[in-house]
Amino acid sequence: MIDFVGDVVAWFLDPVNWVGSGGIVSRTWEHVQISAFSTVAAAAVALPPAIWMGHRRRGGIVAVAVVNIGRAVPSFAIIALALPISIRLGLGLGFWPTFLALFALALPPMFTNTYTGIAEVDPALVEAARGMGMTETQITTRVEIPVAAPVIVTAIRVSAVQVVATATLAALVAWGGLGRFIIDGFAIQDNVMVFAGGLLVAGLAIATELAFAAFERRFVPTTTGRSAGEELLVDVTVAPQHG
Amino acid sequence: MIAQAADQPFVRWDWIVDHVDDIWAATWEHIVLTAIAVGVGFVISLALSMLALRHRRAYGPITWVTGILYTIPSLALFAFLVPITGLTTLTAEIGLVSYTLLILIRNIVAGIDGVPASVRESAVGMGYTRRRLFLEIELPLALPVIVAGIRIAAVTTIGLVTITALIGKGGLGFLILRGLNLFYSPVGTTQIVVGTVMSVILAVAVDLSLVGAERAMTPWSRRRSR
Amino acid sequence: MIELTEVTKRFGGTTAPAVDRLTLTVADGEVVVLVGPSGCGKTTTLKMINRLIEPTSGTISIDGVDVTGLEPHELRRGIGYVIQQIGLFPHRTVRENIATVPRLLGWDRARIERRVRELAETTDLGDDMLDRYPSELSGGQRQRVGVARALAADPPILLMDEPFGAVDPIVRAKLQDELLELQRRLRKTIVLVTHDIDEAIKLGDRVAILSVGGHLEQYAPPEELLRAPANDFVADFLGSDRGIKRLSLIRIADIDLEPGPVVPPGTDVDRARAVMAGYDTDWVAVVDGDRMLGWVTNDGLDGRSTIDGVDLEPFVTRLTPNNTLEEALDAAISSHTAIAAVFDGERFLGMITVERISREIVR
Ligand SMILES: Nc1ncnc2c1ncn2[C@@H]1O[C@H](COP(=O)(O)OP(=O)(O)OP(=O)(O)O)[C@@H](O)[C@H]1O
Ligand SMILES: [Mg+2]
Repeated sequence: MIDFVGDVVAWFLDPVNWVGSGGIVSRTWEHVQISAFSTVAAAAVALPPAIWMGHRRRGGIVAVAVVNIGRAVPSFAIIALALPISIRLGLGLGFWPTFLALFALALPPMFTNTYTGIAEVDPALVEAARGMGMTETQITTRVEIPVAAPVIVTAIRVSAVQVVATATLAALVAWGGLGRFIIDGFAIQDNVMVFAGGLLVAGLAIATELAFAAFERRFVPTTTGRSAGEELLVDVTVAPQHG
Repeated sequence: MIAQAADQPFVRWDWIVDHVDDIWAATWEHIVLTAIAVGVGFVISLALSMLALRHRRAYGPITWVTGILYTIPSLALFAFLVPITGLTTLTAEIGLVSYTLLILIRNIVAGIDGVPASVRESAVGMGYTRRRLFLEIELPLALPVIVAGIRIAAVTTIGLVTITALIGKGGLGFLILRGLNLFYSPVGTTQIVVGTVMSVILAVAVDLSLVGAERAMTPWSRRRSR
Repeated sequence: MIELTEVTKRFGGTTAPAVDRLTLTVADGEVVVLVGPSGCGKTTTLKMINRLIEPTSGTISIDGVDVTGLEPHELRRGIGYVIQQIGLFPHRTVRENIATVPRLLGWDRARIERRVRELAETTDLGDDMLDRYPSELSGGQRQRVGVARALAADPPILLMDEPFGAVDPIVRAKLQDELLELQRRLRKTIVLVTHDIDEAIKLGDRVAILSVGGHLEQYAPPEELLRAPANDFVADFLGSDRGIKRLSLIRIADIDLEPGPVVPPGTDVDRARAVMAGYDTDWVAVVDGDRMLGWVTNDGLDGRSTIDGVDLEPFVTRLTPNNTLEEALDAAISSHTAIAAVFDGERFLGMITVERISREIVR
C-alpha cells in the first residue's frame, strides 16, 4: 500500500509524464479544449429556445421530457453511438465523435434548468414590468434573465461538470484527454497510471465545479430563494412525467 | 474498411435474433447491478439522512463529501478502486452506490423538511414518540419527494452501470463496449444500438414503475372527484 | 385543575425571558383565555402545559401532579391540543385523523369506530366526510376535525392555540358558538390562546391579559375586566370601546327595568299625555296588570277622553331577560323612540331605555 502510494508520487514527479504529446500538460489541454467547445456550443443551441419557451411559460412537459430522456440515455452509449455516426458522416475518429457526444449530453440539463429558471420568475414581477410598459423583449432581457441568472449559471455548471466527467471516455473513441491514462492503464494493467489518471480526472472535475462556484459567488447575485449552486434535483423531477 | 462503413446496415436484425439469450443475460445483470446499488445506496442514505436530521450540523459535511463523490467522474472513481478491490463486482458497486448518495440524501432530507411544522407539532402535541413520528408521519408525507430522488438515482445508476463494462462488468454496457471495439462493422453498431435501446427501455420502465408505486402508496395526494 | 407557579421561560441565546414568573390557576371545567399582543408568550405558556416547551424554572401541575414527573408523550395523550394551522395529517382520512390518539392509546377497533362516529356527530361532521382526506374539506370543516381529534380520547383538558385564527369571520363566529355549545355539554378544562380580545370576551370564563415578557397584567372574568381594568395597559388593550363590549356580557335580567311610558286601562288622555311627556316620547303603552295590550301614538288620542277604545298596535320587537344589553341597545335604537319592551313569555316585565343602557357603559 505504502509502496503503491510511493509509486503514484513517483509517477507524478517523473518529468517524462508531463511533457510531450502524451504528457499530462497536453492531455489536460485536450480535455479542457473539447469540454469547453462542447459546453459553449450546447449553450448557444439550448439557451435561446429555453429562454423563449420559459418566457411564454409554455412547454413545461417538453422540458421535463427532455431532461428525463437525457438522463435515460447512458453517456457511455452516447459516446459509443457517436463514433459510427461520425464515421458515416465522414467526420472520422477523435475530435468529432467526442464533440458530438458531449454536445448531445450537455443539451438536456441546460435546456431544462434554464427553462425552469425563467418560467419560475415570479409572475407578479413580470406583470409589474409589463404594467410599466416594457416590451416582451425588454421583459426577457431586463427582468427574467437577470432574475433567473443564478439558475441559468447553475444550468451551465451542471452541464459543464458532466461534460468534463464524460470527456474521460473520449479515450475510447481515439481522442486524447485525461481519460487516456485510465483507459491505457487498464489496457496494460498499470495500476499506478490508472490511479494517477483518476486523480487528474477527479481534480479537473472538482476544479471545474469550484471555478463555477467561485464565479457564481463573485458575479451572480442571488435573486431567488434558492441559493446559487443548488441543483434542481427536486424541482425538475417532482413534476408529473406524463402530461 | 472504415470507408466502406456507409454502405453497410447500421443494425443487423439477424444478429439480434441470434443473440436474444445474450441480450437477456446482459439485461438481467444490468438490473441486478442497479438494484443492489440503489438498494444499498438507499439504506446508507436513510441512515445518513436521519443523522443529518437529528444533528443539523452534520448535514453540511455529509453533503460536502457525497457532493465530491458525485462530482468525481465514474471512471476516475473506478480508477481509485481497481488498485484496491480489483476488477470485481464490489468495485463496480462501491462506485455506483457513491453516486446515489447525494441525490437520495438531498431528497430524503428535503422531503422530511417539507413536512409542515404544524403537522409535526400537532403529532408531538398528541403524544407521538419520536420513532412513531418518523415512521408514521414524516416518512409517508415525504414519500413523493423521496420517490423523486429514487427515480433520479435509479435512472442515473442504469446509465452508469454501462460504464462498469470498462472494469469487466457492465450488463448492457458490455454489449456497448464490445460493439465499440467493432465499430466499423454492422455487428458492432448493432450491439451499440441494442445496448443503448435496452438501457433506455430499462430506465423508462423503472421510472414508470416507481411513479406507479408512488401513486399506489400516496392515495391522499390523488385528486378525487366528488 | 392546572396550576402554574412562578413559571419562567428563557429561550437559549436570549436575555429577556419570554415568560416571566407567571402564576396562574385554571379551575376544572373552566375556559381560560390567554390574550395579549404578539410575542407576549401566550403560545409559550400553552406549550409548557403539555411540555412541548420545558420551563426554565417554576412548576406546572395538573390535579396536583407535577407534569415534569410524567413521560411527555403519555402526558400529551391525556391533553387535547388544537393549533391554528390545525395540523391535520394530510395522508390520513378524517376518520383516521380523529382516531389518532385512541390508536396511540391502543384502543380496540370497535371502540375507536364508535368514538369516531360519536365525535363526528358532536362536531357536526357528516358521515360522508369520514373517508375524505383533509385536502377535500373546507377550512371550517378542517377546524371541526381538529377539535374532534383533540377530543377523541375524552381528555379532561383541552389546549387551543388560536384555533379559529385561520378561518373567515363568519365561520369563526359559528365555530365559537359551537365551541360554547360543546363546552356546555362536555365541561372540559380549556386553555385557549387568542390575540382577538372580542374572542376572549366571548369565550372566556376568565381572561388572562399578558404583556410582552409573559407578565400577567390582569386575570379576571371578562365583565370585571371591562368594568375595572387593572391598569392602563389592560384598558388600552381592551380598546376605547370596552364599555360597549361590556354590554355583550350583561343580561337584561341583571339590571333594573323601568316601567316605561305605560298606563293602565281607563286612564284619561291628559294623564296619558303627561306620562308621555315624562319619558319624552310620542307614544304610550297600555298595560293591564302584567299583560301588554299594545301601544298608541299621541295623534291616536286626539278627540278622546280616556285611553279605552283606541286602536292599539302590538310590540314587534320583544326582548327577553336573557338578551344582552348589546342586543337591547340595538332594539332600542332601531325603535326610533330609544325604548324597548321586555317580556318573559307573554308577561310584560318593563321597559329598557338607551339612557339606562348608557349608564351601564360609563360605570
Ligand atoms: N423557540 C424559540 N426560540 C427563541 N425564542 C422564542 C422561541 N419561541 C418563541 N420565542 C420568543 O418568545 C417570545 C414569546 O413567543 P410566543 O410564541 O409565546 O408568543 P405569542 O404570544 O404566542 O405570540 P403570537 O400572538 O404572535 O403567536 C417571543 O419574543 C418569541 O420571539
Ligand atoms: Mg402564538
